[in-house]
Amino acid sequence: MYEKEKGLARDFLQGKLTRRELIKRFSALGLSASSAGVLLNMQASQVLAADFDWKAHSGKGLKLLLNKHPYTDAMIANLDNFKELSGMDVQYDIFPEDVYFDKVTAALSSGSSEYDAFMTGAYMTWTYGPAGWVEDLNEWIQDPAKTNPNYNWDDMLEGVRASCAWSGKPGEEVGTGDAKQWCIPWGYEQNNLAYNAGMLEAAGIAVPTNIDELVAAAAALTSDDAYGIGVRGSRSWATIHPGFLSAYANFGEKDLSLEDGKLSAAMNTDVSKAFHAKWVKMIQESGAKDWATHTWYQVGTDLGAGKSAMIYDADILGYFMNGGDNKMAGKLAYAPFAANPDASAPTPNIWIWSLAMSKFSKDKDATWNFLQWASGPEHGLFGATQMDFVNPVRKSVWADEMFRERLNTSYPGYVEMHDVSAPGAKIHFTPQPLFFDLTTEWAASLQKMVAGELPVDEGLDQLADSVNGQLKEAGLG
Amino acid sequence: MRLWFRSSHPSFQRSAINQVTTTVSTHRKRRRRLISPRVLPYVLSLPALLVCIGILVPFATAIYYSLQRYRLSQPWAREMNWGQNYLRFLTDSDFWNTLSVSLQYAFLTVGLELLIGLGIALLLQRRTRLNNMVSIMLLMPLMTAPALAALMWKLMTNPGFGILNYFLTLVGIDDFRWGSSPSSALFTVVLVDIWVYTPFIMILLLAGLRSLPTQPFEAAALDGVPRFQQFYRITLPMLMPYILTAALFRLLESIQQFDIIYAMTQGGPGDTLTVFQVEAYLNFFQSTNVGRSAALLMILWAITFFISNIFIKNWLRLRERARGES
Repeated sequence: MYEKEKGLARDFLQGKLTRRELIKRFSALGLSASSAGVLLNMQASQVLAADFDWKAHSGKGLKLLLNKHPYTDAMIANLDNFKELSGMDVQYDIFPEDVYFDKVTAALSSGSSEYDAFMTGAYMTWTYGPAGWVEDLNEWIQDPAKTNPNYNWDDMLEGVRASCAWSGKPGEEVGTGDAKQWCIPWGYEQNNLAYNAGMLEAAGIAVPTNIDELVAAAAALTSDDAYGIGVRGSRSWATIHPGFLSAYANFGEKDLSLEDGKLSAAMNTDVSKAFHAKWVKMIQESGAKDWATHTWYQVGTDLGAGKSAMIYDADILGYFMNGGDNKMAGKLAYAPFAANPDASAPTPNIWIWSLAMSKFSKDKDATWNFLQWASGPEHGLFGATQMDFVNPVRKSVWADEMFRERLNTSYPGYVEMHDVSAPGAKIHFTPQPLFFDLTTEWAASLQKMVAGELPVDEGLDQLADSVNGQLKEAGLG
Repeated sequence: MRLWFRSSHPSFQRSAINQVTTTVSTHRKRRRRLISPRVLPYVLSLPALLVCIGILVPFATAIYYSLQRYRLSQPWAREMNWGQNYLRFLTDSDFWNTLSVSLQYAFLTVGLELLIGLGIALLLQRRTRLNNMVSIMLLMPLMTAPALAALMWKLMTNPGFGILNYFLTLVGIDDFRWGSSPSSALFTVVLVDIWVYTPFIMILLLAGLRSLPTQPFEAAALDGVPRFQQFYRITLPMLMPYILTAALFRLLESIQQFDIIYAMTQGGPGDTLTVFQVEAYLNFFQSTNVGRSAALLMILWAITFFISNIFIKNWLRLRERARGES
């Protein structure tokens, strides 16, 4: 390796050089961007090793349970660096998302020590945490002897970090009170609009800025070749959490309300009913014909194939569909979306792919070494700049010029969309143990309303009754 | 050569036989000493006993869980609530919907599969090269995993590019929504079930038809009995044990159907297809409500046990009648 280039990379990683200066100097030395990335990543490992004893658990082994995802691919691409850095061996099993969470539940509920750490969503920890299946990671994060001084926990986006912490008290907001850090954010998704710019332009339709405009634009864009708006519709909690809840929360509406420590249904207010009516109308008029079976996969691939004009879903779907061999690659655009015309900013509900430590892990300190590396700033930057690790959860990565430049070049509008909606991005659900029961039932009610089996008003009243009954039965209401 | 001589010489053979006899009798004596005749039956039945325990332990555990308020996300609230989970079903409209949908699905699929399977078996009854080839080809859906078959049908029924929708548009049906609409979801999953499992019924009934004695048919033909009378008076009664066996196997499987329904609709739209297995699966893996999930499965077990009993009793009665015992 060339000493001069290595010295430059080291200076950058130690904060003595800005990325722009670094790129400029690399270019002067005749180094291409990709070689610079590789060099930077190699040097990052050495800089990491300088301040912390990564070899403390050398010779030990870990096993991970992972979901098939671009975040996983980014981690695997960089895993040899961790192995070299720590002297540890890391094995992993990867499962497709359809069966992934069943596998996690089975492994954890049986008390199996096979896996030391695993990928999870924040919602799942509302089950895993109180059940005693995962560790409160505050114990490690706050311990300077166990955590790299450059880990920089405060670098994580506040709303995202808080969304992975919960006290376990039903109804108490995430990240407040005696919140336990059940997982560490790894990558996250906001829910906003991604649209086919060509279709909107051809139809002379402006990008919608609120729910009424969205309903009208979707109807105008529906044709024999494509439908207007892609949103999820399967009988699952996953139908409620993306665009639907993001728009719902923008009207200041809540799923549940908490009074005197008791939870009760809050989805049958007048505002909620009016919002539901618009959402149902939008799907009936301009949604996919097989909407009731649509998961994120169909929502994304239909946009990528030019079968839908817009989606109101995870922003990273729009990112991935705008590249690769998708028919519409390079033709998609993005917009932050505030459903409520009176709202000052969007309030996207978020999904966070996170890392958690199993309570049954045989060596928790060694596991923490891996977790802090995988969620650390160096790997975050590597994933974001060299792989498809979007959206990163660290402010430093979002501030990175190379990353922003990469997105701005290949995905115009993506960074702006993120920056506008990030302040309001958080989990808008009320944390409580019946999350999956209630949201699945909500999705089933929505299906009945869209199918015309149940009027919206009556459907929401019935849903609220059922939710209240379940909360009472579980001792929560 | 030497070895051959030794082993083939008569005196050697005699001594070898004596030796073997002595060894066997010594072994017998030893065995008699090792296992007394009183214990031996228990030892012999031990493997069956172990298998029985292997089956009964999870079964007993499920009964135990079904009598508890047990939600994995609320471990502190775990307690015995005895029959509460079952009693709640009485007033739970979701449960009655589950029962109704499960029975509808089971009886529709089995009924239609019996009709179609019998029809195909009758067509293929004669042993010709073409019939043999067709019967082998018709078995192919049975070799497909039901979940894969469901995904294949999901693609074929896709309103955007599904080939079945294309055919429907040719006959003027533009907006048929298959599994996405409450009015056609049951029809769609029943159709997939029929596609996968009719060959099973067909092959059983074909084997039955081909094994029927020819004399009654020859006598009926000599007497000039019309073909449909032969079918109703001779073929069907003689085939009934086969029909019952096929129906029992299929009914037990249909009422426990999961793969096709979950892969195609996840139990939706709404609660259209929340059959027992789907509901129990969602209760366990998604809601982590172990108590309710176990209670649902125990009720499913009771239903299958009840249906099996009826079928087996009828099957035994038919068999006795066939033997001329009643």
